[in-house]
Amino acid sequence: MIASRNLPLLATLLVFVVGYALCVAQFPTMLSPRVLGDLLTDNAVLGVLAVGMAFVVISGGIDLSVGAVMGLTTVFVAVAVTRLGLHPLVAFALALMLGAAFGALVGAVIHYLQAPAFIVTLTAMFMARGLSFLLTTQAVPIDHPLYAKLMSLSLQLPGGGGLGIVALIMLLTFLAGGILLHATRFGAEVFAIGGDRRAAALMGAPVARATVLTYALSSFMAALAGVVMSLYTRAGYPLTGVGVELDAIAAVVIGGALLSGGVGTMFGALLGVLIQGLILSYINFDGTLSSWWTKIVIGALLFAFIGLQKALLTLPSLRSQTP
Amino acid sequence: MNRIWRHAAVAALGLSLAACGRAGTDRATTVGFAQIGSESGWRAAETKLAISAAQARGITLKVADGQQRQENQIKAIRSFIAQGVGAIFLAPVVSTGWDDVLAEAKAAKIPVVLLDRQITTQDPSLFLTAVAADNVHEGQVAGEWLVGKVGAKPCRVVELQGTVGSTLVADRKKGFDQAIAKTPDIKIVRTQSGEFTRAKGKEVMEGFIKAENAAGICAVYAHNDDMMIGAIQAMKAAGLKPGTEILTVSIDGVPDIFKAMADGEANATVELAPDMAARGFDVLAAYQKDGKAPPKFVQTPSKLYLPDTAAAEYARRKDLY
Repeated sequence: MIASRNLPLLATLLVFVVGYALCVAQFPTMLSPRVLGDLLTDNAVLGVLAVGMAFVVISGGIDLSVGAVMGLTTVFVAVAVTRLGLHPLVAFALALMLGAAFGALVGAVIHYLQAPAFIVTLTAMFMARGLSFLLTTQAVPIDHPLYAKLMSLSLQLPGGGGLGIVALIMLLTFLAGGILLHATRFGAEVFAIGGDRRAAALMGAPVARATVLTYALSSFMAALAGVVMSLYTRAGYPLTGVGVELDAIAAVVIGGALLSGGVGTMFGALLGVLIQGLILSYINFDGTLSSWWTKIVIGALLFAFIGLQKALLTLPSLRSQTP
Repeated sequence: MNRIWRHAAVAALGLSLAACGRAGTDRATTVGFAQIGSESGWRAAETKLAISAAQARGITLKVADGQQRQENQIKAIRSFIAQGVGAIFLAPVVSTGWDDVLAEAKAAKIPVVLLDRQITTQDPSLFLTAVAADNVHEGQVAGEWLVGKVGAKPCRVVELQGTVGSTLVADRKKGFDQAIAKTPDIKIVRTQSGEFTRAKGKEVMEGFIKAENAAGICAVYAHNDDMMIGAIQAMKAAGLKPGTEILTVSIDGVPDIFKAMADGEANATVELAPDMAARGFDVLAAYQKDGKAPPKFVQTPSKLYLPDTAAAEYARRKDLY
């Protein structure tokens, strides 16, 4: 028996599998390990962001600052390595800590000032983006030997192509995120807050701590995405990740999470990311379609999933009303 | 003896077959074009001309619109490699961060031709050549026109920059600055980014007019025509007469600026020839024919256009964009 709350996830899985099958039917090379590896490598940044966003959305919030925090991180790392001469690993650690602290501050403002997450994270987005332009307005290339070494690490797949370090980071992040969300006390608290904030508080859940931690985690993931982006492009660029927060939210929602909170899975978020990557891959293989079809298809999918969720939420109550 | 001849004949046949095979697969019948986006009329024309140039040569062109995002462009290049295209054209949105993906293209023996913009890399073997205009030279042509027009009179110039962070912007600024450096009375009094768009160009120009009291502005230099068209709207809305009261000079040569020049609302534009892909195909064909690597930079001309030819130029271009 399939629980109705799992239906959105199954629908997402179906969309991905059928979509991939259709792509392969038209372009058989899309089944090659190389394309599969590329799908994971090229969507690693969005994937890492989606892990953090899943927590935020499931807790009933939203985080619009992640794209800007990611851009700021790429610039911060580039400036720290090239101008201050820090070792990249030190720069990474600093960036991740600063990211988490920034998110904790955002979470604290949201909780203690009872301000809407939308406005607070919008403010955070403007500040982070502005700060990255303050550091540099130019793209700053990083040519540290560690970067070349890290990027040469990859799990070779049979038949060409491989899983690069960035793809591995994303997969590990999803694994860790999945465990944290579905198998720990913190994860349960996130679901409880998202389901009903007041009820969770009345039942003794540490709402303040969980809210602060959720946004800290989201910003930490955004900083990690920035580190991944910096590895991926070996540069820091203040315009990196403009609008990517919306892609991350879309991925999480397509993955079956409710924007009102309380429902969602980490696996669904991964599928949501891969579906977006798949659409762009198809468009690139076709070569005549406008890439903006990605946005149109994502919009249509979002709409379909929101409709599906609404139906699942209202149908049972309708059924109980009519004996 | 006989046997040796037979072996030699087989070997020769094998070699020639191998050569044929090579020639067959190496010919660029399919080319992938990782385009930046469609943010401006010029960019759209470049894409359109690339498609028609490919058709004229019997080449299948796969165009990927990067939507201004480097991630999308990298994805597109990876998918071109996976498809085994004969060559890749790349108009990079930003100058850094291409080493890894271009190394993959190199490993797959796919030549990469950069169009319109350069990249920053330690390893120039990652691309075959860059077909582009010299952006510093463009800025110089624009600046020299202004110097010639204004002469020794003092002139306060406002500058509409493109998207901050691209080398294009830095170069167009540098060239213009060099050209006006010799005349101390011509100086840039305000500069701000109009992000290459009409709307933002208009907005920034409105700010300039307010800040400089209109009468303080003698000329506008915009890094592209689209921003200038927005700025012309702002000047007209403020009751000023662009083209007569305030001189304009911009870069790109899109149809609307020729229309504005024909209407007497703009003074000069420096054309950035949009047929870069056609030149790219020619370079590629020559390379595949004799295997000789072209120079790393193929410069396209930067021609100055003035109102006298504007009407004819507009008629010639309007369907192209």
